[in-house]
Amino acid sequence: MHKQLFAFLFLLLFSTGIQAQDDLLSLLGEEKPKKERIKYAFKSPRVINSHAMEFLNPGTMDFRILHRFGTLDQGYKNFFGLDQASMRMSFDFGILHNLMVGVGRSTFKKEVDAFIKYAPIRQSTGPWSSPVTLAFVSGITVDGLPWSDPARKNYFTSRLAFYHQAILGRKFNESFTLQLMPTVVHKNLVQAANDPNDIFAMGVGGRLKLSKRTALTWDYTHVLVGMPASGFYNPLSIGLDIETGGHVFQLHVTNSIGMNERAFITETTGQWGKGQIRFGFNLSRTFQLKKTKIN
Amino acid sequence: MKKSFFILLLSVCLVNLANAQKFFTKAGRIDFNATAPSSPETIQAVNRTVTCVLDVANGNMQFAVLIKGFTFERALMQEHFNENYMESDKFPKAEFKGVVSNNATVNYTKNGTYAVTVKGKLTIHGQTNDVEASGKIVVQDGSVNATASFSVLLTDYKVDIPSLVADKVNKAAKIEVACNLEPLKS
Repeated sequence: MHKQLFAFLFLLLFSTGIQAQDDLLSLLGEEKPKKERIKYAFKSPRVINSHAMEFLNPGTMDFRILHRFGTLDQGYKNFFGLDQASMRMSFDFGILHNLMVGVGRSTFKKEVDAFIKYAPIRQSTGPWSSPVTLAFVSGITVDGLPWSDPARKNYFTSRLAFYHQAILGRKFNESFTLQLMPTVVHKNLVQAANDPNDIFAMGVGGRLKLSKRTALTWDYTHVLVGMPASGFYNPLSIGLDIETGGHVFQLHVTNSIGMNERAFITETTGQWGKGQIRFGFNLSRTFQLKKTKIN
Repeated sequence: MKKSFFILLLSVCLVNLANAQKFFTKAGRIDFNATAPSSPETIQAVNRTVTCVLDVANGNMQFAVLIKGFTFERALMQEHFNENYMESDKFPKAEFKGVVSNNATVNYTKNGTYAVTVKGKLTIHGQTNDVEASGKIVVQDGSVNATASFSVLLTDYKVDIPSLVADKVNKAAKIEVACNLEPLKS
Protein backbone atom coordinates (compact mmCIF):
# COMPACT_ATOMS: atom_id res chain seq x y z
CA MET A 1 0.00 0.00 0.00
CA HIS A 2 2.72 2.40 0.97
CA LYS A 3 4.73 1.46 -2.03
CA GLN A 4 1.80 2.23 -4.28
CA LEU A 5 1.24 5.59 -2.63
CA PHE A 6 4.88 6.42 -2.96
CA ALA A 7 4.91 5.49 -6.61
CA PHE A 8 1.79 7.59 -7.18
CA LEU A 9 3.31 10.62 -5.47
CA PHE A 10 6.54 10.18 -7.32
CA LEU A 11 4.67 10.03 -10.61
CA LEU A 12 2.71 13.14 -9.70
CA LEU A 13 5.88 14.99 -8.82
CA PHE A 14 7.66 13.82 -11.92
CA SER A 15 4.81 14.74 -14.22
CA THR A 16 4.47 18.29 -12.84
CA GLY A 17 8.22 18.61 -13.24
CA ILE A 18 7.98 17.69 -16.91
CA GLN A 19 5.06 20.00 -17.51
CA ALA A 20 6.90 22.92 -15.97
CA GLN A 21 9.92 22.32 -18.14
CA ASP A 22 7.82 22.21 -21.25
CA ASP A 23 6.24 25.62 -20.84
CA LEU A 24 7.84 27.79 -18.24
CA LEU A 25 5.83 30.85 -19.26
CA SER A 26 2.57 29.14 -18.31
CA LEU A 27 3.78 29.18 -14.71
CA LEU A 28 3.12 32.90 -14.66
CA GLY A 29 -0.55 32.29 -15.28
CA GLU A 30 -2.89 33.65 -17.91
CA GLU A 31 -2.44 37.27 -18.74
CA LYS A 32 -5.45 39.45 -18.16
CA PRO A 33 -6.81 40.80 -21.44
CA LYS A 34 -6.15 44.51 -21.70
CA LYS A 35 -8.05 47.23 -23.47
CA GLU A 36 -6.20 48.06 -26.63
CA ARG A 37 -6.94 50.78 -29.15
CA ILE A 38 -7.38 49.83 -32.77
CA LYS A 39 -4.94 51.95 -34.70
CA TYR A 40 -4.11 52.74 -38.28
CA ALA A 41 -7.64 52.67 -39.69
CA PHE A 42 -6.36 55.07 -42.36
CA LYS A 43 -2.85 55.99 -43.41
CA SER A 44 -3.60 59.64 -42.78
CA PRO A 45 -6.17 61.64 -40.79
CA ARG A 46 -8.08 62.51 -43.97
CA VAL A 47 -9.85 60.03 -46.22
CA ILE A 48 -9.37 62.26 -49.28
CA ASN A 49 -11.33 65.45 -48.68
CA SER A 50 -13.18 64.38 -45.55
CA HIS A 51 -11.85 63.99 -42.05
CA ALA A 52 -11.10 60.37 -41.19
CA MET A 53 -11.68 58.44 -37.96
CA GLU A 54 -7.89 58.21 -37.63
CA PHE A 55 -5.92 60.72 -35.55
CA LEU A 56 -2.40 62.04 -35.70
CA ASN A 57 -0.10 60.63 -33.05
CA PRO A 58 0.42 63.01 -30.14
CA GLY A 59 3.44 65.23 -30.66
CA THR A 60 3.38 65.02 -34.44
CA MET A 61 2.61 67.60 -37.09
CA ASP A 62 1.19 66.75 -40.47
CA PHE A 63 2.17 69.20 -43.21
CA ARG A 64 -0.23 68.72 -46.08
CA ILE A 65 -0.01 70.10 -49.59
CA LEU A 66 -3.15 69.55 -51.62
CA HIS A 67 -3.58 70.09 -55.35
CA ARG A 68 -6.67 69.95 -57.53
CA PHE A 69 -6.14 70.40 -61.23
CA GLY A 70 -8.59 71.55 -63.87
CA THR A 71 -11.36 69.35 -65.22
CA LEU A 72 -10.44 66.49 -67.51
CA ASP A 73 -13.10 67.41 -70.09
CA GLN A 74 -11.06 70.41 -71.24
CA GLY A 75 -9.01 68.04 -73.31
CA TYR A 76 -5.59 68.70 -74.72
CA LYS A 77 -5.78 72.50 -74.91
CA ASN A 78 -5.42 72.64 -71.11
CA PHE A 79 -3.62 69.31 -70.98
CA PHE A 80 -6.65 67.63 -69.39
CA GLY A 81 -6.71 70.17 -66.61
CA LEU A 82 -3.09 69.91 -65.56
CA ASP A 83 -2.43 73.48 -66.75
CA GLN A 84 -4.53 74.79 -63.91
CA ALA A 85 -4.11 74.05 -60.25
CA SER A 86 -5.89 74.97 -57.08
CA MET A 87 -4.07 74.47 -53.80
CA ARG A 88 -4.52 74.11 -50.10
CA MET A 89 -1.69 74.02 -47.60
CA SER A 90 -2.28 73.01 -44.03
CA PHE A 91 -0.66 72.19 -40.73
CA ASP A 92 -2.36 69.67 -38.48
CA PHE A 93 -1.19 68.88 -34.97
CA GLY A 94 -1.75 65.79 -32.86
CA ILE A 95 -2.21 66.79 -29.23
CA LEU A 96 -3.64 63.68 -27.57
CA HIS A 97 -4.34 60.29 -29.06
CA ASN A 98 -7.93 61.48 -29.53
CA LEU A 99 -7.49 65.23 -30.00
CA MET A 100 -6.08 67.16 -32.93
CA VAL A 101 -6.31 70.64 -34.42
CA GLY A 102 -5.43 72.04 -37.81
CA VAL A 103 -5.29 75.19 -39.86
CA GLY A 104 -5.11 75.58 -43.62
CA ARG A 105 -5.46 78.00 -46.47
CA SER A 106 -6.88 77.40 -49.93
CA THR A 107 -6.32 79.37 -53.10
CA PHE A 108 -10.00 78.74 -53.93
CA LYS A 109 -11.76 81.86 -52.54
CA LYS A 110 -8.51 82.68 -50.68
CA GLU A 111 -10.13 80.87 -47.81
CA VAL A 112 -8.56 80.15 -44.42
CA ASP A 113 -9.95 77.27 -42.38
CA ALA A 114 -9.35 75.78 -38.97
CA PHE A 115 -10.76 72.81 -37.11
CA ILE A 116 -10.68 70.87 -33.88
CA LYS A 117 -11.32 67.14 -33.83
CA TYR A 118 -11.99 65.06 -30.75
CA ALA A 119 -12.97 61.43 -30.24
CA PRO A 120 -14.73 60.58 -26.97
CA ILE A 121 -14.79 56.92 -28.03
CA ARG A 122 -12.14 55.07 -30.00
CA GLN A 123 -12.47 51.60 -31.42
CA SER A 124 -10.71 49.07 -29.21
CA THR A 125 -10.50 45.45 -28.13
CA GLY A 126 -10.48 43.89 -24.68
CA PRO A 127 -12.66 44.69 -21.67
CA TRP A 128 -14.89 47.79 -21.91
CA SER A 129 -14.01 48.12 -25.57
CA SER A 130 -15.99 49.78 -28.32
CA PRO A 131 -16.53 48.33 -31.79
CA VAL A 132 -16.53 51.80 -33.35
CA THR A 133 -14.81 55.14 -33.13
CA LEU A 134 -16.99 58.18 -32.53
CA ALA A 135 -15.34 61.50 -33.28
CA PHE A 136 -16.56 65.07 -33.60
CA VAL A 137 -15.11 67.80 -35.76
CA SER A 138 -15.92 71.50 -35.61
CA GLY A 139 -14.46 73.92 -38.08
CA ILE A 140 -14.61 77.47 -39.32
CA THR A 141 -13.85 78.93 -42.75
CA VAL A 142 -13.05 82.55 -43.58
CA ASP A 143 -13.60 83.73 -47.14
CA GLY A 144 -10.76 86.02 -48.23
CA LEU A 145 -12.05 87.35 -51.55
CA PRO A 146 -12.71 91.10 -52.01
CA TRP A 147 -16.33 92.00 -51.35
CA SER A 148 -18.45 91.40 -54.40
CA ASP A 149 -20.41 94.57 -53.71
CA PRO A 150 -18.15 97.05 -51.90
CA ALA A 151 -20.78 99.77 -52.14
CA ARG A 152 -23.04 98.24 -49.51
CA LYS A 153 -22.23 97.76 -45.84
CA ASN A 154 -20.23 94.55 -45.45
CA TYR A 155 -19.64 92.73 -42.18
CA PHE A 156 -16.64 90.54 -41.37
CA THR A 157 -19.01 87.87 -40.08
CA SER A 158 -20.36 87.56 -43.60
CA ARG A 159 -17.09 85.89 -44.55
CA LEU A 160 -17.58 83.10 -42.03
CA ALA A 161 -18.98 79.64 -42.37
CA PHE A 162 -19.00 76.84 -39.83
CA TYR A 163 -19.24 73.08 -40.00
CA HIS A 164 -19.90 70.41 -37.43
CA GLN A 165 -19.42 66.77 -38.16
CA ALA A 166 -19.71 63.46 -36.37
CA ILE A 167 -17.60 60.55 -37.58
CA LEU A 168 -18.77 57.05 -36.82
CA GLY A 169 -16.21 54.63 -38.13
CA ARG A 170 -14.98 51.09 -37.84
CA LYS A 171 -11.85 49.31 -38.99
CA PHE A 172 -13.47 45.99 -39.84
CA ASN A 173 -10.21 44.20 -40.44
CA GLU A 174 -6.62 44.77 -41.44
CA SER A 175 -7.62 46.09 -44.85
CA PHE A 176 -11.19 47.40 -44.72
CA THR A 177 -12.37 50.55 -42.96
CA LEU A 178 -15.71 52.31 -43.35
CA GLN A 179 -17.09 55.48 -41.78
CA LEU A 180 -20.22 57.63 -41.83
CA MET A 181 -20.11 61.38 -41.40
CA PRO A 182 -23.36 63.24 -40.68
CA THR A 183 -22.50 66.90 -41.22
CA VAL A 184 -24.06 70.30 -40.94
CA VAL A 185 -22.60 73.35 -42.66
CA HIS A 186 -23.75 76.85 -41.73
CA LYS A 187 -22.97 79.78 -43.99
CA ASN A 188 -23.47 83.24 -42.55
CA LEU A 189 -23.96 84.76 -45.98
CA VAL A 190 -25.34 82.97 -49.01
CA GLN A 191 -25.35 83.99 -52.65
CA ALA A 192 -29.04 84.15 -53.39
CA ALA A 193 -31.89 85.16 -51.13
CA ASN A 194 -33.48 81.73 -51.53
CA ASP A 195 -30.34 79.77 -50.73
CA PRO A 196 -30.54 78.14 -47.31
CA ASN A 197 -27.91 79.02 -44.70
CA ASP A 198 -27.87 75.53 -43.20
CA ILE A 199 -26.94 72.48 -45.22
CA PHE A 200 -27.38 68.98 -43.84
CA ALA A 201 -25.38 66.20 -45.42
CA MET A 202 -24.34 62.58 -44.90
CA GLY A 203 -20.88 61.46 -45.88
CA VAL A 204 -19.46 58.01 -46.32
CA GLY A 205 -15.76 57.23 -46.59
CA GLY A 206 -13.68 54.12 -46.70
CA ARG A 207 -10.44 52.39 -47.32
CA LEU A 208 -9.48 49.08 -48.84
CA LYS A 209 -5.83 48.17 -48.50
CA LEU A 210 -4.38 46.77 -51.69
CA SER A 211 -0.97 45.98 -50.24
CA LYS A 212 1.03 46.92 -47.17
CA ARG A 213 1.76 50.36 -48.56
CA THR A 214 -1.10 51.12 -50.94
CA ALA A 215 -4.81 51.50 -50.40
CA LEU A 216 -7.92 52.35 -52.36
CA THR A 217 -9.88 55.17 -50.73
CA TRP A 218 -13.14 56.94 -51.43
CA ASP A 219 -15.34 59.56 -49.90
CA TYR A 220 -18.76 60.76 -50.93
CA THR A 221 -21.02 63.34 -49.34
CA HIS A 222 -24.72 63.45 -50.10
CA VAL A 223 -26.44 66.73 -49.37
CA LEU A 224 -29.79 65.82 -47.80
CA VAL A 225 -31.29 69.21 -47.09
CA GLY A 226 -30.39 72.66 -48.35
CA MET A 227 -28.50 72.12 -51.60
CA PRO A 228 -28.15 75.59 -53.18
CA ALA A 229 -30.32 76.08 -56.25
CA SER A 230 -28.97 74.59 -59.47
CA GLY A 231 -25.47 73.88 -60.68
CA PHE A 232 -24.18 72.17 -57.55
CA TYR A 233 -23.54 68.48 -57.11
CA ASN A 234 -22.56 65.97 -54.45
CA PRO A 235 -18.81 65.52 -54.14
CA LEU A 236 -17.32 62.10 -54.87
CA SER A 237 -13.61 61.37 -54.72
CA ILE A 238 -11.85 58.10 -55.45
CA GLY A 239 -8.18 57.72 -54.76
CA LEU A 240 -5.10 55.67 -54.21
CA ASP A 241 -2.98 56.10 -51.08
CA ILE A 242 0.69 55.38 -51.52
CA GLU A 243 2.93 55.39 -48.52
CA THR A 244 6.64 55.90 -49.05
CA GLY A 245 8.47 56.04 -45.75
CA GLY A 246 7.93 59.57 -44.49
CA HIS A 247 5.25 60.62 -46.99
CA VAL A 248 1.74 59.59 -47.85
CA PHE A 249 0.63 60.43 -51.38
CA GLN A 250 -3.09 60.47 -51.96
CA LEU A 251 -3.67 60.45 -55.70
CA HIS A 252 -7.29 60.75 -56.72
CA VAL A 253 -9.98 61.96 -59.05
CA THR A 254 -12.77 64.17 -57.76
CA ASN A 255 -15.53 66.41 -59.05
CA SER A 256 -14.82 68.98 -56.38
CA ILE A 257 -12.34 71.84 -56.42
CA GLY A 258 -12.86 72.85 -52.79
CA MET A 259 -10.65 71.38 -50.12
CA ASN A 260 -12.45 72.42 -46.97
CA GLU A 261 -15.86 71.25 -45.77
CA ARG A 262 -17.74 74.40 -46.75
CA ALA A 263 -16.26 74.37 -50.21
CA PHE A 264 -16.52 70.74 -51.19
CA ILE A 265 -19.86 69.97 -49.57
CA THR A 266 -21.76 73.05 -50.71
CA GLU A 267 -19.89 74.28 -53.77
CA THR A 268 -19.00 71.32 -55.92
CA THR A 269 -19.78 72.23 -59.50
CA GLY A 270 -18.41 69.26 -61.40
CA GLN A 271 -20.49 66.37 -62.68
CA TRP A 272 -18.92 62.93 -62.87
CA GLY A 273 -21.18 61.91 -65.73
CA LYS A 274 -20.00 64.79 -67.91
CA GLY A 275 -16.33 64.21 -67.29
CA GLN A 276 -16.06 67.32 -65.14
CA ILE A 277 -13.66 65.59 -62.84
CA ARG A 278 -10.20 66.60 -61.77
CA PHE A 279 -7.01 64.85 -61.03
CA GLY A 280 -5.72 65.78 -57.60
CA PHE A 281 -3.22 64.78 -55.01
CA ASN A 282 -2.70 65.26 -51.31
CA LEU A 283 0.84 65.09 -50.08
CA SER A 284 1.18 64.42 -46.38
CA ARG A 285 4.48 64.70 -44.56
CA THR A 286 4.54 63.94 -40.84
CA PHE A 287 7.07 65.54 -38.52
CA GLN A 288 7.76 64.39 -35.00
CA LEU A 289 7.79 67.58 -32.93
CA LYS A 290 8.10 65.87 -29.59
CA LYS A 291 10.07 62.65 -29.57
CA THR A 292 9.15 59.82 -27.27
CA LYS A 293 11.90 59.07 -24.79
CA ILE A 294 13.17 55.56 -25.21
CA ASN A 295 16.23 55.59 -22.99
CA MET B 1 0.49 5.39 7.83
CA LYS B 2 3.19 7.44 9.44
CA LYS B 3 5.48 6.59 6.60
CA SER B 4 3.07 7.72 3.93
CA PHE B 5 2.51 10.99 5.74
CA PHE B 6 6.24 11.50 5.76
CA ILE B 7 6.44 10.83 2.05
CA LEU B 8 3.63 13.27 1.40
CA LEU B 9 5.40 15.92 3.43
CA LEU B 10 8.63 15.24 1.62
CA SER B 11 7.00 15.49 -1.76
CA VAL B 12 5.32 18.80 -0.85
CA CYS B 13 8.71 20.10 0.24
CA LEU B 14 10.22 18.90 -3.00
CA VAL B 15 7.57 20.67 -5.06
CA ASN B 16 8.23 23.89 -3.17
CA LEU B 17 11.93 23.48 -3.64
CA ALA B 18 11.46 22.93 -7.34
CA ASN B 19 9.40 26.11 -7.59
CA ALA B 20 11.95 28.11 -5.68
CA GLN B 21 14.42 27.14 -8.37
CA LYS B 22 12.63 29.24 -10.93
CA PHE B 23 13.11 32.93 -11.50
CA PHE B 24 10.93 35.29 -13.50
CA THR B 25 10.16 38.84 -14.54
CA LYS B 26 7.36 40.62 -16.37
CA ALA B 27 9.30 43.85 -16.74
CA GLY B 28 12.39 42.83 -18.65
CA ARG B 29 13.87 45.12 -21.25
CA ILE B 30 14.73 44.55 -24.89
CA ASP B 31 16.49 47.15 -26.98
CA PHE B 32 16.38 46.83 -30.70
CA ASN B 33 18.49 48.72 -33.23
CA ALA B 34 18.33 48.31 -37.00
CA THR B 35 20.01 51.53 -38.09
CA ALA B 36 21.98 51.21 -41.29
CA PRO B 37 25.44 52.82 -41.24
CA SER B 38 24.37 55.37 -43.87
CA SER B 39 21.02 56.19 -42.27
CA PRO B 40 20.36 59.80 -41.25
CA GLU B 41 17.93 58.71 -38.55
CA THR B 42 18.33 56.06 -35.89
CA ILE B 43 15.94 53.16 -36.09
CA GLN B 44 15.74 51.86 -32.58
CA ALA B 45 13.10 50.92 -30.06
CA VAL B 46 12.68 49.68 -26.55
CA ASN B 47 10.27 47.27 -24.88
CA ARG B 48 10.06 47.30 -21.09
CA THR B 49 7.42 44.63 -20.63
CA VAL B 50 9.38 41.53 -21.52
CA THR B 51 8.34 38.32 -19.78
CA CYS B 52 11.03 35.81 -18.89
CA VAL B 53 11.18 32.61 -16.84
CA LEU B 54 14.40 30.81 -15.95
CA ASP B 55 14.56 27.35 -14.43
CA VAL B 56 17.90 27.25 -12.65
CA ALA B 57 17.73 23.49 -12.12
CA ASN B 58 18.33 22.78 -15.80
CA GLY B 59 19.01 26.20 -17.32
CA ASN B 60 15.80 26.23 -19.36
CA MET B 61 14.82 29.74 -20.32
CA GLN B 62 11.81 31.28 -22.03
CA PHE B 63 11.00 34.77 -23.20
CA ALA B 64 7.80 36.31 -24.54
CA VAL B 65 7.46 39.85 -25.84
CA LEU B 66 4.57 41.77 -27.37
CA ILE B 67 5.57 43.42 -30.64
CA LYS B 68 3.16 46.30 -30.01
CA GLY B 69 5.05 47.01 -26.80
CA PHE B 70 8.04 48.42 -28.68
CA THR B 71 8.29 52.20 -28.36
CA PHE B 72 10.09 54.31 -30.96
CA GLU B 73 11.17 57.93 -30.76
CA ARG B 74 9.06 58.67 -33.82
CA ALA B 75 5.46 57.57 -33.90
CA LEU B 76 5.53 57.10 -37.66
CA MET B 77 8.43 54.67 -37.37
CA GLN B 78 6.46 52.73 -34.78
CA GLU B 79 3.47 52.66 -37.12
CA HIS B 80 5.57 51.30 -39.97
CA PHE B 81 7.25 48.78 -37.65
CA ASN B 82 3.85 47.38 -36.64
CA GLU B 83 1.99 47.77 -39.93
CA ASN B 84 4.55 47.09 -42.63
CA TYR B 85 7.43 45.14 -41.18
CA MET B 86 6.36 43.06 -38.17
CA GLU B 87 2.62 42.81 -38.99
CA SER B 88 1.87 42.82 -35.29
CA ASP B 89 -1.86 42.15 -35.76
CA LYS B 90 -1.01 38.87 -37.45
CA PHE B 91 2.03 38.03 -35.30
CA PRO B 92 1.50 39.76 -31.96
CA LYS B 93 4.25 37.97 -30.03
CA ALA B 94 7.91 37.09 -30.35
CA GLU B 95 9.10 34.12 -28.31
CA PHE B 96 12.31 32.44 -27.33
CA LYS B 97 12.65 28.95 -25.92
CA GLY B 98 16.13 27.88 -25.04
CA VAL B 99 18.63 26.76 -22.51
CA VAL B 100 21.70 28.15 -20.77
CA SER B 101 24.17 25.69 -22.23
CA ASN B 102 26.74 26.07 -19.48
CA ASN B 103 24.17 26.20 -16.69
CA ALA B 104 26.24 23.90 -14.48
CA THR B 105 28.94 26.56 -14.12
CA VAL B 106 26.50 29.08 -12.62
CA ASN B 107 26.04 28.95 -8.85
CA TYR B 108 22.66 30.59 -8.28
CA THR B 109 23.09 30.58 -4.52
CA LYS B 110 26.35 32.52 -4.49
CA ASN B 111 26.80 36.16 -5.45
CA GLY B 112 28.90 36.59 -8.54
CA THR B 113 29.10 37.26 -12.25
CA TYR B 114 28.97 34.35 -14.66
CA ALA B 115 29.54 34.36 -18.42
CA VAL B 116 26.94 32.20 -20.14
CA THR B 117 25.89 31.03 -23.57
CA VAL B 118 22.22 30.65 -24.41
CA LYS B 119 20.99 28.51 -27.27
CA GLY B 120 17.48 28.03 -28.49
CA LYS B 121 14.70 28.80 -30.89
CA LEU B 122 13.61 32.35 -31.57
CA THR B 123 10.22 33.02 -33.16
CA ILE B 124 9.62 36.43 -34.71
CA HIS B 125 7.08 37.36 -37.39
CA GLY B 126 5.88 33.75 -37.43
CA GLN B 127 9.34 32.42 -38.38
CA THR B 128 11.42 30.23 -36.08
CA ASN B 129 15.20 30.05 -36.20
CA ASP B 130 18.00 28.70 -34.03
CA VAL B 131 19.93 31.42 -32.28
CA GLU B 132 22.89 31.49 -29.97
CA ALA B 133 23.81 34.42 -27.77
CA SER B 134 26.51 35.07 -25.25
CA GLY B 135 25.49 36.88 -22.10
CA LYS B 136 26.04 37.40 -18.47
CA ILE B 137 24.27 36.24 -15.34
CA VAL B 138 24.80 38.27 -12.19
CA VAL B 139 23.60 36.67 -8.96
CA GLN B 140 23.04 39.23 -6.26
CA ASP B 141 21.41 38.41 -2.92
CA GLY B 142 18.89 35.97 -4.26
CA SER B 143 17.96 37.79 -7.46
CA VAL B 144 19.31 37.02 -10.89
CA ASN B 145 20.23 39.63 -13.47
CA ALA B 146 20.50 38.25 -16.97
CA THR B 147 21.80 40.22 -19.96
CA ALA B 148 22.62 39.17 -23.49
CA SER B 149 23.13 40.70 -26.89
CA PHE B 150 22.96 39.19 -30.34
CA SER B 151 21.85 40.13 -33.80
CA VAL B 152 19.31 38.65 -36.17
CA LEU B 153 19.09 38.83 -39.94
CA LEU B 154 15.75 40.36 -40.99
CA THR B 155 15.54 38.02 -43.98
CA ASP B 156 15.66 35.02 -41.62
CA TYR B 157 12.34 36.19 -40.24
CA LYS B 158 10.81 37.17 -43.60
CA VAL B 159 10.81 40.88 -42.77
CA ASP B 160 10.94 42.62 -46.14
CA ILE B 161 12.82 45.89 -46.50
CA PRO B 162 11.74 47.80 -49.62
CA SER B 163 14.59 49.22 -51.68
CA LEU B 164 13.35 52.74 -50.93
CA VAL B 165 14.47 52.47 -47.31
CA ALA B 166 17.32 49.99 -47.80
CA ASP B 167 19.85 52.71 -46.99
CA LYS B 168 18.13 53.35 -43.65
CA VAL B 169 17.16 49.94 -42.33
CA ASN B 170 20.03 47.58 -41.67
CA LYS B 171 19.88 43.99 -42.88
CA ALA B 172 20.67 42.81 -39.36
CA ALA B 173 19.06 44.07 -36.18
CA LYS B 174 21.02 44.21 -32.97
CA ILE B 175 19.07 42.99 -29.97
CA GLU B 176 19.98 43.58 -26.35
CA VAL B 177 18.17 41.81 -23.54
CA ALA B 178 18.26 42.77 -19.87
CA CYS B 179 16.12 41.06 -17.24
CA ASN B 180 16.09 41.40 -13.48
CA LEU B 181 14.68 38.08 -12.35
CA GLU B 182 13.00 37.45 -9.03
CA PRO B 183 12.32 34.06 -7.41
CA LEU B 184 9.03 32.60 -8.59
CA LYS B 185 6.81 31.66 -5.65
CA SER B 186 4.07 29.17 -6.20
